[in-house]
Amino acid sequence: MRLAREDLLDIATGAAFLGAGGGGDPYIGRLLAMHAIDQFGAPEIVSADSLDDDATVLPIGMLGVPTMLGEKAACGDDVDLVIERMEQRLGRKADALVGIEIGGINSLVPIMAAARSNLPLADADGMGRAFPELQMVTFNVYGVSCTPLAIADDHLCSLVVDAPDAKSAEELVRGASVQLGCSVVISCYPMTGRDLKRSAVKSTLSLARDIGRVIAKARKAGDPVDALAAHLRTTPYYSHCKILFDGKVQDVLREMRGGFNVGRCELAALDGSDARMEILFQNEHLIARENGRAKAMVPDLICLVDRETAQPVPAESLKYGQRLKVLGTSAAPIMRTTESLKLFSPQAFGFEEPFVPLEEMDD
Amino acid sequence: MRIGVDVGGTNTDAALLDGRKVLATRKTPTTENIADGVVGAVAAVLGESGIEPALLQALMIGTTHFTNAFLERRGLLPVAILRIALPSSRGVPPLIDWPEDLRQAMGAAHYLIRGGYRFDGRPADALDERAVRDAARDIRAKGLKSAAVTGLFSPVNPEMELRAEEILRAEAPEVRVTLSSKIGRMGLLERENAAVMNASLADLSRKVAQSFRAAFRKLDIRAPFFISQNDGTLMSADFAERHPVLTFASGPTNSMRGAAYLSNLKNALVADIGGTTTDIGALLNGFPRESALAAGIGGVRTNFRMPDVLCLGLGGGSLASLDNGAPRIGPRSLGYRLTEQGLVFGGQTLTATDLAVAAGYADLGDRSLVRHLPARTIDRGIAAIHRIIAEGVDRMKTGAAPVPLVLVGGGIILMRDAIPGTSQVALPEHAAVANAVGASIAQISGETDRVFAYDSEGREAALATAEREARERALEAGAEGASLEVVEREELPLDYMPGSAVRIRVKVAGNPRGMDGLTEGGP
Repeated sequence: MRLAREDLLDIATGAAFLGAGGGGDPYIGRLLAMHAIDQFGAPEIVSADSLDDDATVLPIGMLGVPTMLGEKAACGDDVDLVIERMEQRLGRKADALVGIEIGGINSLVPIMAAARSNLPLADADGMGRAFPELQMVTFNVYGVSCTPLAIADDHLCSLVVDAPDAKSAEELVRGASVQLGCSVVISCYPMTGRDLKRSAVKSTLSLARDIGRVIAKARKAGDPVDALAAHLRTTPYYSHCKILFDGKVQDVLREMRGGFNVGRCELAALDGSDARMEILFQNEHLIARENGRAKAMVPDLICLVDRETAQPVPAESLKYGQRLKVLGTSAAPIMRTTESLKLFSPQAFGFEEPFVPLEEMDD
Repeated sequence: MRIGVDVGGTNTDAALLDGRKVLATRKTPTTENIADGVVGAVAAVLGESGIEPALLQALMIGTTHFTNAFLERRGLLPVAILRIALPSSRGVPPLIDWPEDLRQAMGAAHYLIRGGYRFDGRPADALDERAVRDAARDIRAKGLKSAAVTGLFSPVNPEMELRAEEILRAEAPEVRVTLSSKIGRMGLLERENAAVMNASLADLSRKVAQSFRAAFRKLDIRAPFFISQNDGTLMSADFAERHPVLTFASGPTNSMRGAAYLSNLKNALVADIGGTTTDIGALLNGFPRESALAAGIGGVRTNFRMPDVLCLGLGGGSLASLDNGAPRIGPRSLGYRLTEQGLVFGGQTLTATDLAVAAGYADLGDRSLVRHLPARTIDRGIAAIHRIIAEGVDRMKTGAAPVPLVLVGGGIILMRDAIPGTSQVALPEHAAVANAVGASIAQISGETDRVFAYDSEGREAALATAEREARERALEAGAEGASLEVVEREELPLDYMPGSAVRIRVKVAGNPRGMDGLTEGGP
């Protein structure tokens, strides 16, 4: 299918929701994609399963401080440059692109890249949500090598990196990105169509678009949050969906730890009861607890939305007095396997409790 | 002795204050040429109080005139847009997200120029001076009168913007130049949008400032005058003439600051009830709580800090009706036509004001003209009016505990009863002119907002630099140096980065020059 320019706003809303608190404001990504479509035409979106097993697929996205993108947006030439450097290094041409992370701004950068390069974009990503580090993707869990990878900045400095494992690549690239102005375009995990089919979270671009559409439609008539929850229950991954809480933000504590936006947000119930919900976050929301009892945890998605408009509110924008509903949804099954949980469970983020799926939590 | 003036779309209000004491107030209709209304209101409060113009130390004016002009696309100039950032940011050209009509009206010429800085202020690319010169000649050839210059990371380092301004002045001296670093914060597109909006108002702002100056000369007022900006602080008239966009959200801010001042409540909700709408906001330590959302103005995204205001369709002119016994109040309103078409003024239309007069607690127009209304209609209508405010209060509260509510604005005559969820309802004296009072008590501020690298500069040195920059801006805006104090300091470590890069925002505020000790202290 061809992506229409009109789809971008819906994808941006859906991607902000799937960001589960992180992933960066998709706004600038939407403008980048819009301009690329105006200049080069709309890209073709293909299902991951339709790709040849031997196709060369390049994942693409941005890495760095999302707020920095508000000042130094990608110029486009940088996107072309990472594809070119990867092709040089691999000694073959790319047949398709794919997103790394559907949550937040990285849902839209691949659309820009696909429009510019005239390569098809696979409807898939490596997590079906947002997570902050290079190794936190299903591609890594299922044995695709993170490197060689290429990064480039908006002034067209570029770097090709080899590393023994994804975590080492993450550390190296993170340091280099600071030198390159705190945000870079990246292509990593080069893989075959076969690898993509077995390791990706599929159909996430269309899922993001549909989520955005449902919200936009319900804003004209109906209750957007209820409509969103009802829609999620019909989707393949996010089908376990609960409206966990309806409250006002009472308190937000935030600090920087190891380069992450770490903190907690406390909500008080709007129904006059003394129920409280605590959301712990590290860029993304990690755990939601009501009166001390866990109600949802990573890798399941914990999403905070405006209670009237269902507009997703990222962790970095949480503020005293906001009136929000907290939604929990199941993550894609491939994110909940034993192998995946080593990287994505609460324990991987330093909590003691093991992962309990949303649908098995007490109401 | 000072006078605060609020120029709204409908009314122009003035308040004369001596220290904390309000000596005289006046509400007059806003005039086509806004200076006439200001002269009328100022002359009235001077006359009423018998104060000589020579005793005035300052005039403070709050106005939504520029906001309204932009929203209504009135008197806007086409703008030459220079962006110094190439090769960066080519993926998002200027005005990309603007409404089509405005883009047509505004986007006369774009010049993307090589140059700009990195986040720490080092040059990313040298400024292409020849390209600026070529742009200047082209601007001249096209006959454009106003230009907006935006440089990559200019809030961190404005040098290239300043150099571009020099070149523009040399090559095209008649062109008025807006530099983005003077008005916006981090976020290239939003800052550029604000700069373009500002540049589009260059002609109108000069006319308005000139007419104010002429007006005050006519009244023999020699005191300096200041204009309110979005955050509730003031800028000098000269600075405001060059930066009209900074007034865009000053209306609700002034009314909330005035409410805090008149009621002596620093933490409360404020409902400003006008002719058509009610704005409900929250005071935190005497200042409006700010909205966390990016503010769209006339469909254009900006990153101004705006007060968090809930706007309800209830005012003195709101239409009232009874559908199947269920009362409906607003959101449609007679607005300024209330005094012709409302029942108590001899008209044919039932309004919220008519209900309040009929119920016996508002004294306006001719009560005999609403004597025919059935008591049940009146009671239900009054209950509906109070219910609208109560629901708004509940949405703006931050907890279940009752909070104080301050009522201000011309529409407060609609209110009689206690509001559920409030601990008290304050109806301060002079509440009808809270906007003008809010303008009169404001201080002058200066702000800096940029990224520092703690690893190389150290935290202390970075904070000191940020404060010095903020002070310089406050002085430029007309503040008295000795009275400046830091009123806000925010350190925001940047996500995803090993802990060295920190965004610091510092705001200082102090008294207007020559007015030590007269205005209220900061938060």
